[in-house]
Amino acid sequence: MPSWPVLISQAFNGLALGTLLALVSSGLTIILGTLGVLNFAHGALFAVGAYAAFVLLQYTSSFVLAIVVGCGFMLALGFLLERIIIRYFYDRPHEDQILVTYGVGIVLVECVRAAFGGNAQRVPVPSWGQGATQMGFLIYPTYRLQLIAIIAGLLLSLYLVLYRTSMGLVVRAGIENPGMVGILGINVRRAFLLVFAIGVVAVGLAGMLYAPVVAVTPDMGANFMAQSFVVIVLGGLGSFPGAVIGGLIAGEIISLTSAFNSSYSEVMLYALMAVLLIMRPQGLFGSEGRA
Amino acid sequence: MSLLEVDKINTLYGDSHVLFDLSIRVEQGEVVALLGRNGAGKTTTLRSIMGVLSPRSGHIRLDGKSIEGLPPSAIAGMGVQLVPEERAIFGGLTVEENLRIAALTAPNAWSYDRIYDVFPRLKERRKSAGRTLSGGEQQMLAIARALIRDARIILLDEPFEGLAPLIVRDLVEVSRNLAAEGRTMIVVEQNVAAALSFANRVYGLNNGHVVFEGTPADLNASADLMRDFLGVGM
Repeated sequence: MPSWPVLISQAFNGLALGTLLALVSSGLTIILGTLGVLNFAHGALFAVGAYAAFVLLQYTSSFVLAIVVGCGFMLALGFLLERIIIRYFYDRPHEDQILVTYGVGIVLVECVRAAFGGNAQRVPVPSWGQGATQMGFLIYPTYRLQLIAIIAGLLLSLYLVLYRTSMGLVVRAGIENPGMVGILGINVRRAFLLVFAIGVVAVGLAGMLYAPVVAVTPDMGANFMAQSFVVIVLGGLGSFPGAVIGGLIAGEIISLTSAFNSSYSEVMLYALMAVLLIMRPQGLFGSEGRA
Repeated sequence: MSLLEVDKINTLYGDSHVLFDLSIRVEQGEVVALLGRNGAGKTTTLRSIMGVLSPRSGHIRLDGKSIEGLPPSAIAGMGVQLVPEERAIFGGLTVEENLRIAALTAPNAWSYDRIYDVFPRLKERRKSAGRTLSGGEQQMLAIARALIRDARIILLDEPFEGLAPLIVRDLVEVSRNLAAEGRTMIVVEQNVAAALSFANRVYGLNNGHVVFEGTPADLNASADLMRDFLGVGM
């Protein structure tokens, strides 16, 4: 049995990983819910975000500025991918959509590898996030604590966009029934463009923020993508609250299991998914809605 | 010139040919009923007008301008509004959000209060999620979404289907009032008596062809037509 300080420290790690997974998964789930496309390039876009932070921080010492410019870059990349590739696949079978996004993912990862090589890159922790914070008996890296707060803030903003704006209204309605949104006079395809770009920004931002705490490699997104697939299945396909709660649950399961035996952490995640699928196939927040 | 003119359209569902050179017209301020048995092509006609399905050939003209082949959002922008058979209420959105999204792109959108004058029940339930509404309330909301857009032509697909008689009576009353105010409508309905109570003109459809055109009185006078094409015993 691990000691309490270790468990509590792992619980914080779980929160950091969980909020991160929530952000990655919410991008994945709103794209899936609205456009009906399962984006297999999501992991690659996570890596692209991390490399964007790596490159931009060589030109500016301001972490915030690098993030803002990086978001602009991810937004542009999202628009570009939707316009030149994704939109031609909305009416095609799911297997075509999976193949094309998988292909986009490979191209992105290999472009990154060609430009920066396969070796791990280091992204510096921002100046305001250096060192560790003393919390009672626990000493925890400051940036990881800030990461939890920043991502919680980002998830809240995404929530406000989805639930308090007209665009969010269109997205939520589009997740349920895109056809009816069109019948009510709204150009669904234009909304699709925005949703795809927002999803790309969400995952890119996750990559940028996470870059200082891990080794940045071209393949760093693969594991995250697999985990975020589990998250959206747990939470219910297309559900934003589901992605957030599912992300937190997955983060805690992985981290707390690691405190006992790290080789079982992923197994536990998939075991939980299997149990949930038996008991509640539509996921925690899912409805039987869209096929 | 008719407000809406469907001119010899042929529409297919995948490989199955559903509408054959089908032509109907609708004048400003008129209520037209499309009657016929299941599979006669009534819903397909409405979906073709709305742009949900594209006719393989033929024309659909609104104010004399061809609209066939345009996406539903563009056709809705011209004031045509389908109230689909399945109602298609957004279950995760509240009643008021359902109205808000409908009004989003309408230049002359009604106020919520004006909608609630027509359907007081919706005001009581305005904060409720769409999925919690009863069938009757969902149908009210589906019609309300067309009204809030101030649609010039409302296409009602089976508005009374599966509803309790008292609610049907209320909805027929609302439909009659709308007709009396001069709102143009096309109504598809199995409940022939209810549809005829506010329609000015009737088309009978059979196997994707128009087999009858006339007034409700003409139709009532012909028991054979009722029986042969509509499957209604008199």
